Amino acid sequence: MNSGIVAWGTYLPYWRLDRKTIGLATGQPSGRGTRTVASYDEDTTTLAVEAGRRALRAPGAPTPGALLLSTPAPAYLDKTNATAVAAALGLPGSCGAYDLNGSSRSAFATMSAAAAASGPTLAILSDVRTGLSGGADERDAGDGAAAFLWGGAGAVAEPIGEASASDEFLDRWRVPGETESHTWEERFGEDVYVPLAHAAFADALKAAGVSAQELDHVIVSGLHARAVRVVKGGLGVRGEALATDRSPVIGNLGAADFGVALADVLERAAPGQLIAVLVLADGADAVVFRTTDALPAAQRAHAEAAETVEAQAGGGRSDLPYLRFLTWRGEVAPEPPRRPDPERPGAPTAHRSEGWKYGFNASRCLRCGFRHLPPTRVCMNCHAVDEMAPERLADTRGTVATFTVDRLAFSLSPPVIGVVVDFDGGGRFRCEMTDADPDKVHIGQRVEMTFRRLWTSQGVHNYFWKAKPVEGSD
Amino acid sequence: MASRGIRDRVAIVGMGCTPFGEHWDKGVNDLLTDATKDAIASADIPLGDIDAFWLGTMGSGVSGITLSKPLKLDYKPVSRNENFCATGSEAFRNACYAVASGAYDLVMAIGVEKLKDSGFSGLTGTRPVGDGTDAALTAPASFSFLAPAYCHKYGVSEAEMKDVLTRIAWKNHRNGAVNPRAQFRKEVSKETIAASPLIAGQLGVFDCSGVSDGSAAAIICRAEDAGRYTDNPLYVKALSFVAGPGQGTMDPSYDYTSFEEVVRSAEDAYGQAGITDPRSQLAMAEVHDCFTPTELVLMEDLGFAERGTAWKEVLAGTFDRDGELPVNPDGGLKSFGHPIGASGLRMLFECWLQLRGQAPQERQIATVTEAGRKLGLTHNLGGMPGECVSFVSVVGSEPSA
Repeated sequence: MNSGIVAWGTYLPYWRLDRKTIGLATGQPSGRGTRTVASYDEDTTTLAVEAGRRALRAPGAPTPGALLLSTPAPAYLDKTNATAVAAALGLPGSCGAYDLNGSSRSAFATMSAAAAASGPTLAILSDVRTGLSGGADERDAGDGAAAFLWGGAGAVAEPIGEASASDEFLDRWRVPGETESHTWEERFGEDVYVPLAHAAFADALKAAGVSAQELDHVIVSGLHARAVRVVKGGLGVRGEALATDRSPVIGNLGAADFGVALADVLERAAPGQLIAVLVLADGADAVVFRTTDALPAAQRAHAEAAETVEAQAGGGRSDLPYLRFLTWRGEVAPEPPRRPDPERPGAPTAHRSEGWKYGFNASRCLRCGFRHLPPTRVCMNCHAVDEMAPERLADTRGTVATFTVDRLAFSLSPPVIGVVVDFDGGGRFRCEMTDADPDKVHIGQRVEMTFRRLWTSQGVHNYFWKAKPVEGSD
Repeated sequence: MASRGIRDRVAIVGMGCTPFGEHWDKGVNDLLTDATKDAIASADIPLGDIDAFWLGTMGSGVSGITLSKPLKLDYKPVSRNENFCATGSEAFRNACYAVASGAYDLVMAIGVEKLKDSGFSGLTGTRPVGDGTDAALTAPASFSFLAPAYCHKYGVSEAEMKDVLTRIAWKNHRNGAVNPRAQFRKEVSKETIAASPLIAGQLGVFDCSGVSDGSAAAIICRAEDAGRYTDNPLYVKALSFVAGPGQGTMDPSYDYTSFEEVVRSAEDAYGQAGITDPRSQLAMAEVHDCFTPTELVLMEDLGFAERGTAWKEVLAGTFDRDGELPVNPDGGLKSFGHPIGASGLRMLFECWLQLRGQAPQERQIATVTEAGRKLGLTHNLGGMPGECVSFVSVVGSEPSA
């Protein structure tokens, strides 16, 4: 059994929808603030990859023996999505990769399973949330992912008490095939949730042997906003212990919500503090963590990389037009160009190039050192044959050598930006640039790679890497 | 090992070229039949005298039957060639080699493309099943990479570059305006070109070649037999073809201001033809102006201008029809569109007219009639900067002394 969380990483998409723009389009009050929006080329799989990369970048992070992915909005059914995440993270084939999908409650179970595992396990919680146009889910939801690497040694936070309360009741549901959730009358859910939450919370404290007043940080998360609000008021914890509510800016991240909140707390907590997490989802689950002396070093790494929840929540771009948001979510069909549809990648071709397509592995010539993207068997420079070593460049930055803005290529977010990237330490690749302002792209711009869904054709998602500007370089 | 070429060993003795345009009323078979009729009439021979055929088409048909069936050929060999945008030139090159080898006495190279039946704009084609990792950039986007790179390297401002690209399009449209075979036969003002909607990077609609249907054909025999068919054949001086290893898309030392494939094929062709100063020795050049920055860069790669100076030469009118070295006097891809298989042979057709003094007077180039130059160049490239194929031919109206 793992002793605790040894590393974490979160990913909030670049785009924000300003809630005012919904109101301007619908003519109805739509509240204030923003919500996070996964871009047209992102899904729960790509969000999971980005969060996972950040967790695994932690200094001294052990290689996970298993990867558990939880999302209520899987990119594929039948086919495991965690295998794509594992491949994009460059994890070895010996790493188990499993989906724990379905209701948002599975997210908590995923963390519990990782905690109970016998070796280092990466738990990733990912969600892309939408709702009917003009509705509460569309307005209040958000998209994001959180990854927690659990391990036996070097934990930054250790669980010291856990409890659950389950019940069968109808509050929020969706029949397979539907894209939007149904909810029962709000007051009913509140009535059921509040006692369940208080029971689970009390039991977890009891198991941990601590009192509510001793808690330094308390996270209450759930999709039933009213129940969450009422529960918070009745926990008997110190007021300042309640975690910052970032939903006005990032929205409610569903299955990823408590994970991102926990990461946010870990990024500000002191060693030896108590953190309680209470999640309301078809019942209630609670866990109490105690942070360790290993925490500050991990915090520094996240702060230096500007990958904290706070930094991400404060970044991004909030001028996303509402119509474009609806287009990305498939609610509005744009006129296609007079061009053939993109081809779906072939299963054998994609599998043969797994190390490239998912792992972003270049090949480096063992004789002369020339780096090839995509990997080749014959050296471009010295013509040596089959003297290559794979080299993962997913985390290597590069510089724009030249660029274009393609107004003809089809995209759900035109125009397409094309860049030629020269990687630090050698190698060149021509690819798309995403999460960027076409007016600001320039020769010499610094970029990093991000895993995206390029397009979906004939029911096949085409995943690959794109460049994006290094934060602050555009 | 050497590229020796077949200078003056074969000659073109007849050519045909259909009008290029939106042939809603003609299919591939019609275009092939039209170009063939013109070519054999030009050589004054019956079709049955031709021993073998090379058909260039990228996507308008597969196998030699694409040609043999509509022409009802008498069980003759037909090779079907494809080599991206140099497809028509590739058919011509291989046909020439077959004659030079002695295998056949009289052959025909013909190119065709029917682009307008697809319902799509631009070029389409089926590719092998891929892994989905190629950037889905359009052709204009790939070639528009050249402009900012050129500006960056030579200190040319974006506004100056826009003027240069605009002038290239303006010049080619001006040439096409007086060519009855061109798709677009109207001059276009620089203001209209510069203000056209952006397609990719700095490129507007008028920086891109058109999309058309067309076909062109050439009849080739041994040089010593040329007199049987015509008093003024066109001699083949050089044929060079290069397929690049894709260095530029992989090697950071490539700076997107040149096509190495073009440099290599030009060097090879000039060597075969004995050309030392192309700018003063050539009477004309038909080059692959798929997009305006391509033509700019080609002026340097083909040795018509020093590195970093072509943009000034373009503005000075050096490559105008009445300039020092006319480039694309027929109007180029800009005015003709680019039916892939036909384009290379269409370029050759302009050499056929101009070098033999048979272009209509209003567009006959003075480098032939007044300066007495004898040589013309055709050039195609296919692919994209950093990763392409390039073809260069030199033809001439007289055998070398």
